[in-house]
Amino acid sequence: MSSTTNPPTHHTSTIGAIGTPSRRNTELALLAFAVVIPVFAYANVGLAINDKVPPGLLSYGLGLGLLAGVGHLVVRKFAPYADPLMLPLATLLNGLGLVVIWRLDQSKKLNNYADAAPRQLLYSAMGVALLVAVLIFLKDHRVLQRYTYISMAGALFLLVLPLVPGLGANIYGAKIWIKIPGLGTLQPGEFAKIALAVFFAGYLMVKRDALALASRRFMGLYLPRGRDLGPILVVWVISILILIFETDLGTSLLFFGMFIIMLYVATERTSWIVFGLLMSAVGAVGVASFEPHIQTRVQAWLDPMREYQLSRAGTNDGILHSEQAMQALWAFGSGGTLGTGLGQGNSDLIGFAANSDFILATFGEELGLAGVMAILLLYGLIVERGVRTALAARDPFGKLLAIGLSGAFALQVFVVAGGVMGLIPLTGMTLPFVAYGGSSVIANWALIGILLRISDTARRPAPAPAPSPDAEMTQVVRPS
Amino acid sequence: MSELTLTVMRLGFLAVLWLFVIVAVQVIRSDLFGTRVTQRGSRRESGRQQQAAARQAAPPQQRQQAAAGGRQRRNAPTKLVVTEGTLTGTTVALQGQTITLGRAHDSTIVLDDDYASSRHARIYPDRDGQWIVEDLGSTNGTYLDRTRLTTPTPIAPGAPLRIGKTVIELRK
Repeated sequence: MSSTTNPPTHHTSTIGAIGTPSRRNTELALLAFAVVIPVFAYANVGLAINDKVPPGLLSYGLGLGLLAGVGHLVVRKFAPYADPLMLPLATLLNGLGLVVIWRLDQSKKLNNYADAAPRQLLYSAMGVALLVAVLIFLKDHRVLQRYTYISMAGALFLLVLPLVPGLGANIYGAKIWIKIPGLGTLQPGEFAKIALAVFFAGYLMVKRDALALASRRFMGLYLPRGRDLGPILVVWVISILILIFETDLGTSLLFFGMFIIMLYVATERTSWIVFGLLMSAVGAVGVASFEPHIQTRVQAWLDPMREYQLSRAGTNDGILHSEQAMQALWAFGSGGTLGTGLGQGNSDLIGFAANSDFILATFGEELGLAGVMAILLLYGLIVERGVRTALAARDPFGKLLAIGLSGAFALQVFVVAGGVMGLIPLTGMTLPFVAYGGSSVIANWALIGILLRISDTARRPAPAPAPSPDAEMTQVVRPS
Repeated sequence: MSELTLTVMRLGFLAVLWLFVIVAVQVIRSDLFGTRVTQRGSRRESGRQQQAAARQAAPPQQRQQAAAGGRQRRNAPTKLVVTEGTLTGTTVALQGQTITLGRAHDSTIVLDDDYASSRHARIYPDRDGQWIVEDLGSTNGTYLDRTRLTTPTPIAPGAPLRIGKTVIELRK
């Protein structure tokens, strides 16, 4: 580390890195590590399943290495002071996801997705291309602030798209996909997540003083005025509408949760969290009382074994019973502490959605508790870097945007991992970077791109003030 | 493939995965202890020192400004840099647009400064491309070098423009 570039004379309450803030070589070393680990895993799967090193090892390694290399070079050129950890962490998760998807492709029991891994590699390449585009064309994240209300309109448009007749696709009960003829399906909600974060950041930056200061104190909580409850009520109603019409608990929870997190960070009022939790509880219970798709999910959460038996017995009472929740729990159980080893588990028994919603169960079985904890820590580190970026950012918009994006990322991981492990009712969301699905991978790479841009601005060293003309006038007065 | 090899690979993979996590945390650790959080409290004292130092040094400052004024046309400044205050390090590219400064949220540079007015000052190019600063009737004033602005004034590159605790410069 070289000595500080900041002169000791300026006094601010900003948090900035001392020394060489551009940690690009650290990033390169970590990226190389992050490419080697999935290649090792790939060879391991091949040896376990087919007794030989898989023939695609070299091309897979080169493909992942190429993606990482392109990402690194673009960061080096266009965001030289960006956080050194986000890119390697995302690359590692993406690489591990590819290996496990390929491992499930090899399964004899699942002959329906034989070529999911090459397609996922293509989606990852598109995601990295979007990251590159974000870094090149978004020179300054404050530009997004101009599009506050446009991004709100865009996000609502994206959220409504799956409900348009003829365009939306109802896949196993949840209406969160749109069909693009010839290209497959797209989940617009993943992109709406980013647009909504931009809107919330721009909106709360303007309104936070009104929301934070105009309040009465009651029983240790600051109660906001009635009319300041407007925005939170609107977002709540929208998330409830998503829940009713798209029957997707995950998306609904993600958007409302992201708003509550950003509201809390913007205003420092605990009362918003209390209100938010109460409102989401009321909303979820209310909707669950009449929506059969949600009821099934809650049933499967409360008593997975009963759902499993109903499904096995072929009960036909008009409700789609699912045996997957129980199978996922068995997968985690049979994995134990250290797992069965890559390619040697039976999580492919889960069948449908084994490589998307339930991919964590495969990790749980084949890598065990130790592996799943490492995966969750990798997610935790990405979120930590996002929050750190928010702390270091100087402008309020950048702070709120960084916290919103990392909060949404964290919530998404929580909703999926909690659902698969039986902590909360299961919802159809994808595990970022790991699960099979084009929209998810592409949108999350873009999210990392925006975070890298904010962290580049935040960690850029302050320029030295011009040499003060006062300095030459200073004279040492010696007492004679 | 023998059972032993597979077991070794299984444990080896977990070890490598955790090694990555540990290395990543080490990188964060070096970042964590390599940051400096300076309290706002120390600002007042340093401000007073700077003011005291500033009062002595008016003549060379004016000389420098006159010299800088001559160079102005050839190398126009390309960016505006905040060198002191909570926004230290913020830069805005100068592309012929008007830059507004103040606490109002729609300002180009939103000042988080107790001494700034909501619409404090603006910086704009005149017809010759010379950058002009104009105080918009602020309460505590805008200072170019030591002088409080009363009329729109051209800014020389490198001359400190002070608004409350925030200092702004134009750079090439």
